[in-house]
Amino acid sequence: MPALAEPSRPELAELERALGADGGLPEGAVVPEGDPSTGADQPTWRVDRGSLVAVCRALRDSPETRFDLLLDACGVDYPDRDDRFEAVYHLYSIPRGERLRLKVPLSEDDPTLPSLIPVWKAADWFEREMFDMFGFRVEGHPNLSRILCHEGFEGHALRKDYDPARRWILTEDKMYTPKFVDLPPAGDDDMFERMTVNIGPSHPAMHGTFRVMAVLDGEEIIASDVEIGYLHRCFEKMCETHTWQQVIPYTDRLNYCSSFINNVGYCRVVERMLGVEPPPKAVWASTILSEFSRIMDHCVCNGTTLVDVGALTNFWYLFQIREEIYGLLEACFGARLTVSGTRIGGLLADLPPDFMERSRKILEMIPPLVEDVEKLIDKNRIWMDRSVGISAISGEDAVDWGWTGPCLRASGVGYDVRRAHPYDLYDTLDFEVPVLYGGDVYDRYKIRMLEIRQSVSIIRQLLDRGMPDGPWIVDDPHVALPPKDAAYNEMEAMIYHFKLIMDGIQVPAGERYGMVEGANGELGYYVISDGSGKPYRIKVRPPCFPIFSTFRELIRGGSISDAVATLGGLNVIAGELER
Amino acid sequence: MTTAEPTTAGPTTAGDGQAAPPARPRTNVAVGPHPSEPEPKRYSLAERLYLPLVGGMMVTMKHFLGNLLGRRKSYTIEYPEERREYSHRYRGHHILTTRPDGSVRCVACFLCAQACPAECIHIEAGEHPDENIEKYPLVYEIDMLRCVFCGYCVDACPEEAIIMSNNYDMAYFTREQSIVGKNELVKPYTFDEEQLGYRPSYPEEEVRRARMRRDAFDLVSAARAQSEGTRVPNAEESQREERAQAG
Repeated sequence: MPALAEPSRPELAELERALGADGGLPEGAVVPEGDPSTGADQPTWRVDRGSLVAVCRALRDSPETRFDLLLDACGVDYPDRDDRFEAVYHLYSIPRGERLRLKVPLSEDDPTLPSLIPVWKAADWFEREMFDMFGFRVEGHPNLSRILCHEGFEGHALRKDYDPARRWILTEDKMYTPKFVDLPPAGDDDMFERMTVNIGPSHPAMHGTFRVMAVLDGEEIIASDVEIGYLHRCFEKMCETHTWQQVIPYTDRLNYCSSFINNVGYCRVVERMLGVEPPPKAVWASTILSEFSRIMDHCVCNGTTLVDVGALTNFWYLFQIREEIYGLLEACFGARLTVSGTRIGGLLADLPPDFMERSRKILEMIPPLVEDVEKLIDKNRIWMDRSVGISAISGEDAVDWGWTGPCLRASGVGYDVRRAHPYDLYDTLDFEVPVLYGGDVYDRYKIRMLEIRQSVSIIRQLLDRGMPDGPWIVDDPHVALPPKDAAYNEMEAMIYHFKLIMDGIQVPAGERYGMVEGANGELGYYVISDGSGKPYRIKVRPPCFPIFSTFRELIRGGSISDAVATLGGLNVIAGELER
Repeated sequence: MTTAEPTTAGPTTAGDGQAAPPARPRTNVAVGPHPSEPEPKRYSLAERLYLPLVGGMMVTMKHFLGNLLGRRKSYTIEYPEERREYSHRYRGHHILTTRPDGSVRCVACFLCAQACPAECIHIEAGEHPDENIEKYPLVYEIDMLRCVFCGYCVDACPEEAIIMSNNYDMAYFTREQSIVGKNELVKPYTFDEEQLGYRPSYPEEEVRRARMRRDAFDLVSAARAQSEGTRVPNAEESQREERAQAG
């Protein structure tokens, strides 16, 4: 029963052979730094920036490596090192199920990097984020501008010497200048005058605070640009100044439609770093409640997408499910939306006595309501006209852009972390990973409906097994707070209680990338600890960040109303996108 | 090649004429060639004539009549006349608990302020005239607009001095009002069991033992006793009573 997926080890020799085929790499361009046999969580290479593009292209194209997905790219700052900065890339090979981490050391005087957009389109926004947060100058990037911070911001916030308490007054005279990629030049024979339309940031169709600027030719969007960052709240910087436990409430606010999954993902990574195994009851409950959260998230996504195209009734049916699940989460952890349901090493509290009956009751009400929505919508021509073939993307393109989750599975690529790298109890469960092939708005809606059914089946299997006995959190005073009565009455427990709250959990030095299947894709946490009570660096791999970076390509050639339907179907959550 | 051949084709090799993916693939990729036409789904005659909408209307009618005749549970409530019921774990407005004499139980140890991820608790400590107590909070303020209601302060408190209530009605006209002090945190609550929310949890089998042991303070009976003007028996008295009953 693995608590977290352990990425399997790629054959290093194979990879070297693949690189050798490319040839011409200077000596020392690639230095293996660690792999699972030496205690690292996944194979890690140190790559010279001069060879980065060649190495990445070889890794992507060689039939023996096939790292087709750029999962994440981020920077890390080590002020004490000679090469102060590190750019870290996480690669994944969907056909082989292997992971690889590339680290590119950069000096403080010259933090320049080649752009990886020619290799993976997903690099676009990740590189902008590296520029924004660390000041890396990415050469060859078509639009190297700030992405999460305001244009008037000075300095680079995730550098260690940036004071977290520093405040800026941001004015409107410095604004993001939209950059329209591939805007066709205006011809004299254009039938209509071109018009640039601004949608959002506060607009009901924008599901949060995004700003889309679209250049219209008649009704057709010929180019567009997206501005994000309105909900940026320095999640990663805050993590560095707080203890490991205090990060849990912050993770609630990533994908707030399914906050429990975020809690689980974070706690599993830290538990693996600590070498702590959560008790069976906690694992069992985490799996059930994660699936309930997934159902809830899909209900919200589909419900609101349908509202956006005018089908209001479905919203009411699907939100009934959400309401009941919120009730269950509240009975377990005391909050509906921001549950903070896990602690490092287990759960916040024991499950309520009526957990089983209540879960079963919710399970019974879900399928009829889902069926009702399908009866209303599936063959409804009004909905089909709005969704079939709209913003379709092929599997290859979706992988190129870094997609994961239901949106990728709607394009024909069945990558699901629960199946590929099972964590918690998923390897013992019987479930399907639905795959559809249209890659359009319709299939993104449909795949979520299919996944709700699979989640129902998973929860039913787990409930049938019965609730495991025992504690809900590890009995380790270095990790979990001692029980309250012990803290009140026993000296030793009292000391542990004080130590844990004042100093925090002491996580051994090291780094780890852990992932769970979030409701809209692979939710990864890249965590670095320097052995103190606070995280050295936490980078979240938000699943909707690469998905939303594709938006400008998805809506090209469609109308504004198609863009609205597309945005709903992608399930972009601002809290997670902008952290 | 040392690795096993992927059992199903990856996205880059789609279209090589393989059969549809197995029903329950163990690998992570379940991609074969496109099973249906790559062109947009063709509408059937019924769909072209909008006929499925009739079925949809039946669904709507079913829900409508169900709601009208009260056979279905309605999920909307008429707030504020009607209120949602929350469990006793609900993390609502904080309560500062008091000793039987009405003074605040808090000893100004700053653990809650330290544990708070939102940094919304402000405490200023003062010397307590009673030598056994040492410190008490001169000022204890929570900024309700900053608070994220995570319950970490309750977990951190070594004195059971801060707990949470079921109260989710928090609305303020100004930002200054949202910073609540000792008065607001103590006054409006009667420790009515129905109003209590998230509070320290004891492992079930431990609860009785803990309460029987030393100064495990029963909030509800204390508040009741206080309002009735009676005195709560202290730990020694209750133990003596216990022994008398047992013996």
